Amino acid sequence: MQFAFTEEQHQFKDVVKRFLREKSPTTEVRRLMETDDGFDPVVWKQLSDELALPSLIVPENYGGAGFGFVELSIVMEEMGHSLLCAPYFSSVVLAANAILNVGTEKQKLDLLPQIASGSIRATLAVTESSGRWNAAAVELVAETDGDEFTLQGEKCFVVDGHTAGKIVVVARLEGSEGDDGISFFVVDGDAPGLTKSLLKTVDPTRKLARLEFNSVQAEPLGEPGAGMGALTKTLDQAAIALSNEMIGGAQYLMDSTVEYSKVRMQFGRVIGSFQAIKHRCADMLLLLELAKSAAYRAAAALDEGDESVPVLANMAKSAASDAYIQIAADSIQIHGGIGFTWDQDTHLWFKRAKSSEVFLGDPAYHRELMMQRWGEGI
Amino acid sequence: MDFEDTAEEAAFRKEARDWLAANVPTKEEKEGLDFLAAAKLWQKRKYDAGWAALRWPKEHGGRGATAIEAVIFGQEESKYQMVELGVFAIGHGMCAPTMMAWATEEQNKRFIPKLASGEEIWCQMFSEPAGGSDLAALRTRGEKDGDEWIINGQKIWTSGAHYADWGVIVLRTDPSAPKHQGLTYFFLDMKSPGIEIKPIKQISGGANFNEIYFTDVRVSDSQRLGEVGQGWQVALTTLMNERAAIGSGGGGVNFKSVFKLAQNINIDDEPAISDKTVRRKLADWYVTESGLKYTGYRSLSALSRGEIPGPENSIGKLVGAPKQQDMASFALDLLESSGAIWDPELSAEAGLFQATYMAAPGGRIAGGTDEIMANIVAERVLGMPQDIRVDKGIPFSEIPTANS
Repeated sequence: MQFAFTEEQHQFKDVVKRFLREKSPTTEVRRLMETDDGFDPVVWKQLSDELALPSLIVPENYGGAGFGFVELSIVMEEMGHSLLCAPYFSSVVLAANAILNVGTEKQKLDLLPQIASGSIRATLAVTESSGRWNAAAVELVAETDGDEFTLQGEKCFVVDGHTAGKIVVVARLEGSEGDDGISFFVVDGDAPGLTKSLLKTVDPTRKLARLEFNSVQAEPLGEPGAGMGALTKTLDQAAIALSNEMIGGAQYLMDSTVEYSKVRMQFGRVIGSFQAIKHRCADMLLLLELAKSAAYRAAAALDEGDESVPVLANMAKSAASDAYIQIAADSIQIHGGIGFTWDQDTHLWFKRAKSSEVFLGDPAYHRELMMQRWGEGI
Repeated sequence: MDFEDTAEEAAFRKEARDWLAANVPTKEEKEGLDFLAAAKLWQKRKYDAGWAALRWPKEHGGRGATAIEAVIFGQEESKYQMVELGVFAIGHGMCAPTMMAWATEEQNKRFIPKLASGEEIWCQMFSEPAGGSDLAALRTRGEKDGDEWIINGQKIWTSGAHYADWGVIVLRTDPSAPKHQGLTYFFLDMKSPGIEIKPIKQISGGANFNEIYFTDVRVSDSQRLGEVGQGWQVALTTLMNERAAIGSGGGGVNFKSVFKLAQNINIDDEPAISDKTVRRKLADWYVTESGLKYTGYRSLSALSRGEIPGPENSIGKLVGAPKQQDMASFALDLLESSGAIWDPELSAEAGLFQATYMAAPGGRIAGGTDEIMANIVAERVLGMPQDIRVDKGIPFSEIPTANS
């Protein structure tokens, strides 16, 4: 039984941690979240050139480093811990995986090396104004004109949709509904007919955009109409990656809150010596450790090709969401009045907790999906 | 990450599995035997074949096995669901490690093999009406008389005292010293004159634990473990061993049993499993149960590498015990009126949910209450300050107590 990181993985974690602590202090988080683009191109280049992070899970024959989801989960945890403002989730977790899951060999060879090098930032557009993540909610239609496809409609809540160089879009074939006719397309970020607008959201550290497609010419990615399996797989992978990002953020909050409680004095002693505070902190640890175990297990399952990946994805996302949200609320509470101010850092993670909770499906959605999948499995 | 046994672990597991399959007592063999006799039969069989008290040294009747090997054997053995195994838990898990750390070589030669074989059963006499969570506030007196000590007082919640042969006990030997410093540790023959054992009936109707009254009970100074006044330190050995044991879970209500129930009963003419509220609650518990399982894997992995598990090891009881209570309660809700019936012949799962509902509050109190566990997690794992102690550093006899 070895449910633990290897020595090499620990070293990798240290390298990533050191880079992110240096490049993403909260002063940088605050600076970048105020910008429209939401990332620093210099840091993105360093992250790509020095650490090759965008190449991490791209197989070697497509220009990548060929590592697995456990390594990715390590990166995600550290990025969540440091609240890095960068289009990594959109480009690597969402777009690169989608292309790997659905693209033809030629398309993978065309697109992946540039994503792996960081020279192109891509994203994946699934949700529309309903905000739902199931296939039936996809209404954007891919209209055919001979061999050509044009997209007509809109996508909403697209991570880094306004800055991406390439956008992988999930649409449906004309006349299809539900799980049928699901198709992937690739569109350039500056394609004619595409209007992009940045949305004002609860969490300015993760930029979301609305995309309007007005007869936008699109290249099909993989076989049109046969994308349902790839969509499910991509979303499960993304949920697992996000779970690991979330437990990293929750860990940061718990640690800094406990530290604060050992310093802040009231009634002649540190507030961490009061049982109400101690017990609340103990409760945070319980939630965090359970969610962490689930997130790690799910990542390991991906690398093993374990058939329980779908259920583990739902489980990890549910556990991570509940843990992060509760820990965020407790963190503000334990900080007292200052926890409620803009200047104190807790709210940065508090908002990321909320945006992450609803990103890729809220806990109720995942629990229901998990029950259905579990039921089918027995 | 690797969820399989290492090659050595797999070999050990196979050996254990094969031996168990060939040697676990059959129903026929246990025919007519009471709880205790069945437990002793099995324990002796394991002892004779070298499978008892795995982690103890071979010269004391153990196998000298590693922690992970003990876990593996425990996993394989638990598949046979022999409830009677609980009889030896305290003796093996708490008393024997304390003896091995503090008793003389001769004493261990005399006592450890009979602990390993199950021939003698031990109990642990720590808690008192005056001190459960606040164990160091215990009051049962030990007064020196020549080369013996005279014991007067009362212990409580002593599991298995009614069938135990020997027991470990902590006594107040110096009330003028601050509370932790006036304690001394002994081991005691439970058949000593002056010991009166009274069973305590639990809310479940059963009586697994007892009050023990001591009236001028004599114990030889040769049965003292550690120095006079060192009793707290020795007690910590006992308590640490309690915490070091990694629970394999098992028993009680789990997700599977509640899921099965929800499939088999109806709410408004539809199976309960199709009700959204039921599904959501079940999903919650599946998530918690799985989280506990994978957290256990992390601890096992640390053990497998010969390391001490990290913070993940502290949360099992604190999460698991309330969950048992919630799940049992919910199951009884689902059963509606029939949930109020507790008859193994009639009730679903032979009354498992009712039994667990009755036992569950105890799980949140025994072996460290939820609140004490939360304090321990906060203090030992998160490094937060200890509670203020108003009874520290003053003579025990001057500590304020309620007038009762």
